Amino acid sequence: MSVAPSTSGRPVPAPPPAGREARAARREERQGWLLLAPALLALLAVAAFPLGYNIWNSFHYVDLLNPGAGQPFVGLTNYLAIAASATFRASLWVTVLFTVVSVAIEVTIGLALALALHQRFHGRGLVRAAILIPWAVPTVVSALLWKTMFDPQQGFVDYLLGLAHLPGAHLAWLSGAWTTWVVILVADAWKNMPFVALVLLAGLQAIPDDLYEAATIDGANAWQRLWRVTLPMLRPALLVALIFRTLSAFLIFDLIYIISGGGPGNATETLSYLDWHAFLVDSNFGYGGAVSVALIVFSLLIALAYVRLLRPEV
Amino acid sequence: MAAAAPAPVRPPEPWRGRGGPRRWPWTRGLFYLGVGFFVLFALFPFYWVFATSLETAGAFAQGTTGLWPSHLTLQNYVTVFTADHFLQPLANSALVATVTTALTLVLASLAAYALSRLRLRGRGLALGFVLAVAFFPVLAMVGPLFFVFRDLSLLNTYAALVLSYLIYTLPLSIWLLTSFFGQIPREVEEQALVDGATRLQALRKVLLPLAAPGLFTTGILSFILCWNDFVFALSFLETPGKYTVPLAIVNLGQSQYQTFYNLIDASVVVVTVPIAVLVLLAQRRIIAGLTAGSLKG
Repeated sequence: MSVAPSTSGRPVPAPPPAGREARAARREERQGWLLLAPALLALLAVAAFPLGYNIWNSFHYVDLLNPGAGQPFVGLTNYLAIAASATFRASLWVTVLFTVVSVAIEVTIGLALALALHQRFHGRGLVRAAILIPWAVPTVVSALLWKTMFDPQQGFVDYLLGLAHLPGAHLAWLSGAWTTWVVILVADAWKNMPFVALVLLAGLQAIPDDLYEAATIDGANAWQRLWRVTLPMLRPALLVALIFRTLSAFLIFDLIYIISGGGPGNATETLSYLDWHAFLVDSNFGYGGAVSVALIVFSLLIALAYVRLLRPEV
Repeated sequence: MAAAAPAPVRPPEPWRGRGGPRRWPWTRGLFYLGVGFFVLFALFPFYWVFATSLETAGAFAQGTTGLWPSHLTLQNYVTVFTADHFLQPLANSALVATVTTALTLVLASLAAYALSRLRLRGRGLALGFVLAVAFFPVLAMVGPLFFVFRDLSLLNTYAALVLSYLIYTLPLSIWLLTSFFGQIPREVEEQALVDGATRLQALRKVLLPLAAPGLFTTGILSFILCWNDFVFALSFLETPGKYTVPLAIVNLGQSQYQTFYNLIDASVVVVTVPIAVLVLLAQRRIIAGLTAGSLKG
């Protein structure tokens, strides 16, 4: 983050000045923290505190439906339950699979879209606005849109396949595991590709012209320019798009809840869905807390892995 | 990350695409075909939902017969607003999103002023903490917040939503405003400070008016984030009278035996229209905020 531009003439870290100057620096510091305090306190209350609470819960037996039991300390029981749970392992597996597939699709097509939007053509502004609308509508809307589109009786997909006399008309998409994932993947890509495309487009616009000119003079064709100039220069923007998309795909909840409810069976129960279920359906806050801690650890690992992997020029 | 806050000065829109769509007619045709497909993919579902929302219950029950609704009716919209009281969730969502956005802008402006203008030890730490919260799994917060709100008797209140939405809005807003403030030269409010204004006065009277476009961008993004939330509303709200739009839509048009997509779709249209208008009006500002927020990493 490079916020303050060229720090206009201010001595940056105050060299030990005497008397008045030092008092002024102390005052500035105090004022600064006072200004920060409301926002930081709010974040501590709504974010850091829940995190701590989760950790505490994860080492205790906490069941709202069984208040008589109290909240005894149970050590690692909840974590051992996770480790032994086939449901958790299955859930981790489908979550990872979904994350990899959806991010691969969204980044590949998002990159193509960004490259297209980087060209000059008639109606470019309109296209940009058109793809921004899916990003701006609630995820709930995207879930319902695609549920309607894939409905076996009233859906467009059914109608289209029927017109083309293809198999799959009147297919009950949401009763098979793989077909349910198709619906979820399409809805997710539809909603999130615009974000990827716009971030990558901003990255493309930041690549200096002369690089392309130099490459062209050196005889590079369009394909070589894409691989040797565009993609390496796009690294920071790609990193941002990948981190944001991977984390939010890994934590997918809304689409699952509305499109499939984790079903059929528990074929689409992702980790976030499992966690929500533990909390608000089973009201098992100890187990839910342990799943939450696992979610947080996995998210951290993902973020760290990306930063290491894509660090510019190792 | 290469971030350089002050955008390097360059001509408004340098069109850099080599081998672009205008080279050969067939490349050009293919290019437009591809772009056209994307636009269709992005917008067609809206058309489909709109068409469904205009169907009579009878025509709807017969299944899809074509691209156009066979019997046009506005009955679904009437039902959504009368029998399903859809104005209530719209008002709830608008209220919660507005209050959260206003609160966020105040807190974030103060914080961003400190982060972009004052010499602070631990500034990096504060920014790091804010960023970390942005990456927290939201679902991990639901359980503990549910406990806290229960103990404070805040379940099923707007306050519970406003507080939890700060998780979405504050990190992004602090981050954005810090970079927007950073682009405004210090000298402008230093003069006011020399003239005896307090820090708060300098912020309110000098910096904020200058940063108005940035505040607007931040406000829009924050409003959209609140408007779109589903998880917190689902977890903390109990009575339909308190439901926000996403929660209300999901509960609408469901009967034990059938899903009435024509009703759901009417409400989807009602929700989408204001957002589409907002996006079309504020397109440039939204994109500026989205990309600034992410590229300043």
